[in-house]
Amino acid sequence: MKRGLAAIVLAALFAAPAGDVRPALGAPPAMPSDEAAIVHALSRLGFGPRPGDVERVKSIGLPAWIDRQMDPRRLDDRATEQALTALPTLTMSIAELQTKYPRPKAQEKAADPQMAPRALYDRPPPDNRPARIVAEMQAARLVRAIESERQLEEIMVDFWFNHFNVHAAKGEVKWYVTSYERDVIRPNALGRFGDLLRGTATHPAMLFYLDNWLSTRPDFTLRFGRNRGKRAGLNENYARELMELHTLGVDGGYTQQDVTEVARAFTGWTIDRPRDTARFVFRPAMHDRGEKRILGMQLPAGGGLSDGERVLGLLIHHPSTARFIATKLVRRFVADDPPPTLVDRVAATFLATDGDIRAMLRTIVTSPEFWAPEARHAKIKKPFEYVASAVRAVGGHVDARAGFLLARSVAEMGEGLYGAQPPTGWPDRGEAWVNAGALLARLNFALALTQRRLPGVTLDFSPIAVDRAAPEATLDRLLLSLLHGEASDQTRSVLTAQLASPEIRRQTSDDRGPADTDVEKLAALVIGSPEFQRR
Amino acid sequence: MLTRRALLKAGACALVAVAAPPRFLARAANAADARRKVLVAVFQRGAVDGLSMVVPYGDRDYAAARASIAIRPPGGGDADAAQDLDGFFALHPALEPLMPMWRTRALAVVHACGSPDRTRSHFDAQDYMESGTPGVKSTPDGWLARAVGTRAAPSSPFRAVALGPTLPRILRGDAGAISLTSLERFDVRASAEAAVARKGFESLYEQSVQDLLHGTGRETFEAVRMLKSANAARLAPENNAEYPRSRLGQSLRQIAQLIRSDVGLEIAFTDAEGWDTHVGQGAEQGQLANRLRDFGASLAAFVQDLGDRMGDVVILTMSEFGRTVAENGNRGTDHGHATAMLLLGGGVRGGKVYGRWPGLARERLYEGRDLAVTTDFRALFAEVAGRQLGIARPATLFPGWTGAPALGVVG
Repeated sequence: MKRGLAAIVLAALFAAPAGDVRPALGAPPAMPSDEAAIVHALSRLGFGPRPGDVERVKSIGLPAWIDRQMDPRRLDDRATEQALTALPTLTMSIAELQTKYPRPKAQEKAADPQMAPRALYDRPPPDNRPARIVAEMQAARLVRAIESERQLEEIMVDFWFNHFNVHAAKGEVKWYVTSYERDVIRPNALGRFGDLLRGTATHPAMLFYLDNWLSTRPDFTLRFGRNRGKRAGLNENYARELMELHTLGVDGGYTQQDVTEVARAFTGWTIDRPRDTARFVFRPAMHDRGEKRILGMQLPAGGGLSDGERVLGLLIHHPSTARFIATKLVRRFVADDPPPTLVDRVAATFLATDGDIRAMLRTIVTSPEFWAPEARHAKIKKPFEYVASAVRAVGGHVDARAGFLLARSVAEMGEGLYGAQPPTGWPDRGEAWVNAGALLARLNFALALTQRRLPGVTLDFSPIAVDRAAPEATLDRLLLSLLHGEASDQTRSVLTAQLASPEIRRQTSDDRGPADTDVEKLAALVIGSPEFQRR
Repeated sequence: MLTRRALLKAGACALVAVAAPPRFLARAANAADARRKVLVAVFQRGAVDGLSMVVPYGDRDYAAARASIAIRPPGGGDADAAQDLDGFFALHPALEPLMPMWRTRALAVVHACGSPDRTRSHFDAQDYMESGTPGVKSTPDGWLARAVGTRAAPSSPFRAVALGPTLPRILRGDAGAISLTSLERFDVRASAEAAVARKGFESLYEQSVQDLLHGTGRETFEAVRMLKSANAARLAPENNAEYPRSRLGQSLRQIAQLIRSDVGLEIAFTDAEGWDTHVGQGAEQGQLANRLRDFGASLAAFVQDLGDRMGDVVILTMSEFGRTVAENGNRGTDHGHATAMLLLGGGVRGGKVYGRWPGLARERLYEGRDLAVTTDFRALFAEVAGRQLGIARPATLFPGWTGAPALGVVG
């Protein structure tokens, strides 16, 4: 009972900052503050604890730590920014990327037709190829997940990019995707849903990926460019995914007729100078000016750009959107099968705050469902989360070069960053990621990491291996540092049994001196253990 | 009761206990599973345009609906035009490598096949086709996993295998299906000095905990041991078969290795991506033609590689739905309804296009725009699973469905 009171007091403190939006509904917020709760927060709102993180959070208090994570601009992240300067494409404009990383000429392609995928992985693409752009973005994601102080922001960038997925390998997208993430996703990752929706709807990456840039009124004839004289017409691709995947959800109550009408509303939303600056433009000549009827809303004939804007407005405020976004957020932060009571409250927050992402996250982290025992360790880490959390757990630091390699490991486990071809993005349910081949890839990564076979990753086992001559104590420190007391009895006994192995407990040559514990091999086993696959 | 599986498992464990397992023991373990029937399923994700893959050139409304993407009808020895099948349908010219199988009646087509559900969402339609329950999202497992489950006691970790980095919905469930991308890399890759790691990992996942992770871990290490002793990754393609270097080509090459190494494979699954041709679909040449060329060449190489062994194998292709009959404003096609599915192999009554043709006249189209479904995909899948895998009442693989008369496409 005492603990419950303390939690309420803490939560009240936590919810104090002015202008803060309180959860619209539900029980009084409750937030535990014990060590296990801190580990839970670091694992759900970030990419897992580094050595010393639990103590650091304890010293400032869990609510304060969460507050800071909610306001990432105030966190000093210069060290990460410094590491990212080795990846020059991150700050380039679309026009600059198109100039510096031009399309290979047809004959160059022919000369190098069969560069096997493995060869492509084994080293970063050369510095003048378009593939380099995406490789640098992948590397940056890994560097940020591992190094950045702004852990929650990185989680949300991953979440929203996946929600508004574009496939970097499709056509022009590779020149647009840097700006897409930097200028649309990242600045709004903890902002408002509506800004994300409007930003993606008008970004060339989305316009190209879901083909809307080509969608026109029926019988429109192109007057300029290579396809001059050709006729164009309606393309439904964006309209459908806008409702199914970005807003309402597939059961959100729209029909095929709505898809067609929404597609008509977005005709003329296209890309100006797609091979240069690639800016959004509305071309009235391409627009279908007829009357439209969408989900009961009538758009009178003669509308222009406002047709699409009104559709976005309708979708942003639709209760199905609130429910769909709430479901996905709760699935990410709480459990594969989201507790309906919490989904209801997060959806209510969405509607009450006009899609304020911070407010929705507050509803989640102050909910009993988030802290419930059944939510702890309930999520299987996605490959990206697994790799980042493993490096962090062993006190690893990475440079940009390591980022390339780690991204390759993530891809081997099934999650090629920026490589999800379907607009659904990558799944956020455990069963998608647990299978024989992927599990072996995880175990092999654990070995490669701890055996220092990944150039650019520096590890620090010294806090664990303070006394290599004392194997039991070393194992205890390892389990505490990596699994935070969550090792099952069986895992502990399996690992204890390993201590007898001469490969783990190396004797000195004369067999008289103290044994030397192979901490790295033990660490590989712990990182490969079932417990470490969960967060 | 001591099952055959338990015995074989015990045997496999005994094998790893000694440094170099005697080959005859491994072969004896394999012989029990040798030469069983195999079903290979290939999912064309993204909704393949069935009207370009198997062209209904005899339908007078076909060419009119597709001003720039209709495939040129066969005739006059035109090798770049569609390849005639029966005077009404023709194969896309990029699928020419499959024509020899049509002539030997090892290739059959089921056209206007698809889901009774009206969804045009890729995700939902794939989900329904893989769960085998159109319109029902709560089905926990996939129908191929259920097909594995109805069969006699399992005896090999390789009974059901998906080639790819994730286990697809169609094989999720209690079947113990495994997924992998590379036979060669399917192992704990530790230096000899770190062999302790492999044993350590194995012990960690050997615990009696019943969850997804432990179950997967146990199956994984069993499979690793078996694959090592069978040496499947070393088998070179036979009969001069040349696989494309594409993902599909390499997946099929490895499925053939599993079949030829007699590890007990019954169901194999792989994806072929890139069919969502909203823009610039192309006709005899172009985007879709390139995808079909890889598709046809990969399947043809597989058939050639397996040679006589194809007598035990049936390949079934599927796609979540078809595409609009009329081309859209960008010389592409949008999401439609029915599509065409292919069957290839020894038990197939090939040389025939199955299914009632609904016609492409506007009043015959589904919702006024798409090819109508005249064969429920469950009718096809049930027949293939029933015949090829020896399942007595295959309709039960599809809960909520009462069955349909057989097409007669598998003998």
